[in-house]
Amino acid sequence: MERTEKETTYQETRRVQKGDFAAAGQISASYKNMLKRLGVDSKVVRRLAIASYEAEINLAIHTLGGSMTIIVYPDHIFLVVEDTGPGIADIALAMQEGYSTAPEEVRMLGFGAGMGLPNMKRCSDTFEITSELGSGTTIRMGFNLLN
Amino acid sequence: MEKKQIYHSVKLEKDRCVGCTTCLKRCPMECIRVRNGKASILYELCIDCGVCVRICPHNAKVAQTDPINAIFRYKHRIALPAPTLYGQFRNIASVDHVLNALLALGFSDVFEVARAADIVSATMREMLKTTDARPLISSACPAVVALIQVRFPELLPNVANVLSPKEVAGKMAKEEYSRTHGVPMDEIGAFFITPCPAKMASIHSGQSSYVDGAIAIQDIYGLLSSQLRQPVPETLKKKRHASWQGVNWATYGGECAALHKSNTLSVDGIHNVIYVLEEIENGKLDDLEFFEGSACEGGCVGGPLVFENAFVAQNTMRKLVERMQEEDGEIQAALPEPRDDIFTAKPRVPRDTLKLSDNIAEAISMMERIDELTKTFKGLDCGSCGSPTCRTLAEDIVLGYAKEVDCVFKLKEKVEQLARQMADLTNL
Repeated sequence: MERTEKETTYQETRRVQKGDFAAAGQISASYKNMLKRLGVDSKVVRRLAIASYEAEINLAIHTLGGSMTIIVYPDHIFLVVEDTGPGIADIALAMQEGYSTAPEEVRMLGFGAGMGLPNMKRCSDTFEITSELGSGTTIRMGFNLLN
Repeated sequence: MEKKQIYHSVKLEKDRCVGCTTCLKRCPMECIRVRNGKASILYELCIDCGVCVRICPHNAKVAQTDPINAIFRYKHRIALPAPTLYGQFRNIASVDHVLNALLALGFSDVFEVARAADIVSATMREMLKTTDARPLISSACPAVVALIQVRFPELLPNVANVLSPKEVAGKMAKEEYSRTHGVPMDEIGAFFITPCPAKMASIHSGQSSYVDGAIAIQDIYGLLSSQLRQPVPETLKKKRHASWQGVNWATYGGECAALHKSNTLSVDGIHNVIYVLEEIENGKLDDLEFFEGSACEGGCVGGPLVFENAFVAQNTMRKLVERMQEEDGEIQAALPEPRDDIFTAKPRVPRDTLKLSDNIAEAISMMERIDELTKTFKGLDCGSCGSPTCRTLAEDIVLGYAKEVDCVFKLKEKVEQLARQMADLTNL
């Protein structure tokens, strides 16, 4: 994010606890409401809603906990998802549709279909993922607001 | 920010409103404010669901519908009874007795909306064979359609582009009547016997409607009950009737059942509908074939303008449908064909009223101020300020509709501060 602080931006950061399925979906729901209030195009709102929902669920299922930060510029939105571990051993494998390391009890809840990361990539205009075993994963998604 | 006026049925009787916060807290669209001791509706967000009409303890929220004598503006008058009407009477001998009672009120003819529902079902069954929409969303409940227009515009392409049963009924009734009686269409008035304000609103919403007015079930309940024992003439018995499947539309789940598909979902109650639409918007129900949402709990039988208790009416409807299933076994074979002339003329457009400003940079700054302000409130969402939540108060302040001291806690702080300053001054 090479942008200057002086630009008009709206930013908020929210934490997701490990295993907190009860709260799953709250952040993406609040993003949706906020973006609709900002007048963001409904197609972008829907893509961001899906991506942020997947990210939120991923944090609850796979990580030791983490945070989601949304930064809205007049022409662009960034969504940054960070966690504190355990990290992804093989990112290329994790990005494959249908690949999942979710445990059985999570699949019983209807999650863990191996579509989380691929869905995030599909729904965002730019997608970067970096991960280090033992320290955590960072995902940066960008959404273009012009045309 | 409202671009064009949309007709709304839900109104406030100012004299009856005591300024309590009952409706404020229950409105699913957060579109009620209490200002100067009286409730007011932010109409650009209102979807005419009628929740406030149902819950106001002082009957100050009312739904504007047409009085029965409005039908006499027309030379030829057709009643379009919602199937819900049949569930209002606990011991009716037959549907025909209800239709006959309507004729006694001054209608020249009746056309069952349930018959139109049969045709909509048939058309939708065809549509499901070819559509890519997952799920296809029912267009029958006008409050749910309005909800999607305001809050879920991205789902509008999923809403079936078929007319609602009352519109189909209006169209077919007028066409049939005009043909068989040889009278021009504009001399025929079609009046929907309605369980809800949303259907009234959709008739007058500016889009052309085949229906000329709506009469609340509760307004004619008494008149109808007194006519229910009249013998039914042969001509009425011979008329084409709705199947039990069409009649079954009155309770939630009835529409899904008529599609003969298993992967469908019916949800009743506006808050539940919002929850499931969120799931659909999140892409979580992409394998679902059909979604039927009713704003009212129980479906149309739970409408705010009915007379009978919704649960009792559900039971009455169930018994009626079971009886019809036994009786019309054979008629079942003759379910109506799908039609290709019952689609919406224009696509449904978003009601773009949620945004804070047309300029996104300005909206972003406003959102920042709203966030800052919200943090300074206690977060009790008590409603005493006249806005439903602390957050909506912050929005109202930023939009210029309210002041910080509308919050009773802020006011208390201010008064204490003033008192201290006074004390300091007198001690000088």
